Amino acid sequence: MNNLVSSSPRDAYGKTLLELGKKNTDIVALDADLSKSTKTAIFAEAFPDRFFDMGVAEADMVNTAAGIASCGFTVFASTFAMFLTGRAWEQIRNTVAYGNFDVKLVATHAGITVGPDGSSHQAIEDIALMTVIPNMKVLAPCDSISTKRLITQASESRGPFYFRLPRGKTFEIHKDSEKIDLGKACLIREGSDMTIFSHGLMVYNSLLAAEKLSRQGIEAAVVDVHTIKPIDQQLVLERAEISDKILVAEEHSVNGGLCSALALFLARNRPVKMRFVAIEDQFGRSGSESDLLTHYGLDETSIFNKSMELFK
Amino acid sequence: MIYLAGSGHPGGSLSIIDVLTVLYFGGILRYRSEEPLWPQRDRFVLSKGHAAPALYAVLAQAGYFPKDYLWTLRKLGSILHGHPFNIDTPGVEAPTGSLGQGLSIAHGMALGLKLRKYDSRVFAVLGDGEIEEGNIWEAAMSAGFYKSGNLTAILDYNHLQIDGYIHAVKSPEPIPEKFKAFLWDVIEIDGHDHGMILDTLQSAAKRDPMGPPLAVIAHTVKGKGVCFMEDSVDWHGIAPTKEQYEKAMGLLDE
Ligand SMILES: Cc1ncc(C[n+]2csc(CCOP(=O)(O)OP(=O)(O)O)c2C)c(N)n1
Ligand SMILES: [Mg+2]
Repeated sequence: MNNLVSSSPRDAYGKTLLELGKKNTDIVALDADLSKSTKTAIFAEAFPDRFFDMGVAEADMVNTAAGIASCGFTVFASTFAMFLTGRAWEQIRNTVAYGNFDVKLVATHAGITVGPDGSSHQAIEDIALMTVIPNMKVLAPCDSISTKRLITQASESRGPFYFRLPRGKTFEIHKDSEKIDLGKACLIREGSDMTIFSHGLMVYNSLLAAEKLSRQGIEAAVVDVHTIKPIDQQLVLERAEISDKILVAEEHSVNGGLCSALALFLARNRPVKMRFVAIEDQFGRSGSESDLLTHYGLDETSIFNKSMELFK
Repeated sequence: MIYLAGSGHPGGSLSIIDVLTVLYFGGILRYRSEEPLWPQRDRFVLSKGHAAPALYAVLAQAGYFPKDYLWTLRKLGSILHGHPFNIDTPGVEAPTGSLGQGLSIAHGMALGLKLRKYDSRVFAVLGDGEIEEGNIWEAAMSAGFYKSGNLTAILDYNHLQIDGYIHAVKSPEPIPEKFKAFLWDVIEIDGHDHGMILDTLQSAAKRDPMGPPLAVIAHTVKGKGVCFMEDSVDWHGIAPTKEQYEKAMGLLDE
């Protein structure tokens, strides 16, 4: 764990988009005046004809993306998660998803770890907003390697996708990109006493907590649920058979994200004892990334403590 | 259609039917109803999606689906939904009904067609109440900026929205000045004069695709052709009774 390198998933997105654009002239990218931050600027520089900056107009960007996609293009549209899923929600719902256009919405700066910019910029409800929409697939990769792999796979799969990427760097958890596949959750750490499901940068915190638990004699499996919708039902059921103790950890509101998705799925199919590490019903605030994770109870200690509750 | 459906929007369908008739049967739109997804087709987006009955009538006449389907409008299992839906209805290019979105979609199509190097054109019909939506002006700014000359917006200027006359509710006027300020060219026409509509749309179809987009402000009468529906806010969104239906059909036949 200590020797892991960190890198920026949004850099990985920008570079992957460039690669895709080189191979496929039907790839088009749009942004809403944040291309330097979302890294679509890398694509824009290489393919100015296939890039459209729609200015500070997210609703227009999303519908324009659908219109371009209707001419047979695969359109990536990026901005911050708050503005993409919040401002343009109805455009996403009524045009992109209902109309089933080949639009890949790739949001960066998702979650509380946006940090000092504060609550106006911290999307902690984006997964809820996107998973509730039919036709929409929702992904939250935990590192650069999986970002590259999953963005590439999504580009080869028709229809609407939502990706949420963080602002900061994350540790490179995946070693072998060949083992990562859209729709299939990844077992990162084996353990038969309990399973921790998480996504995004919480996968790393879950691994840290699992080590701590191991020192207490509890072996926790850690699963990277990079694809939140559709959920990997088979793997979830397998884990529930191995141990009926499950913790879900995510950098998102406890309402409507992975916590909700797994609670519903397991309640319907295989009720188990569950605990949740997520942001309770409240807004974020300014602070450093690590201070915020501690403040909102998303750090390894919180995961450890909530995990221990499963054994009481 | 609306009578059998038991609900729908007669006023805004009647105000735009002359424009749609000229678009589809005046040789303006290039389409192949037997191959609805023909890549080089011109695109039409009914941004004011509640006028779906008018669109369905021309699509049926154009051969996209049998005319008897019209009597299934809004019924469970029908391919004709209350508002346009591209997945189910051949000839419908985009889902609309939530006002304010169609111009952005149409502009995306205009950009996409130019990227494909097709000379195809895009026409969108907007309502005058609809243009109170901010998304319309985002799209107008984009199309003006990107010089999307292969895009024409046609405004159904019937002066009515749901809560009353647009000048009383929250007027988007002056309208031509607004489009001009967003770098569009503007033409005003009588939206029921077929000759005038034809001339205007023919010239629209010959415009420089790299030049400014065109806004056609079509002066119309809501409920046109049925005297008791004309210029009446009450006929925005209700179906006629049997008696009213028979009277209306008589008036339209005249
Ligand atoms: C976003 C949105 N808000 C509200 C409505 C409800 N609505 C349907 S039609 C209409 C009035 C539209 O007026 P106008 O654009 O002038 O249409 P027309 O007069 O041509 O029927 C409204 C408010 C809607 N369909 N979409
Ligand atoms: Mg009107």
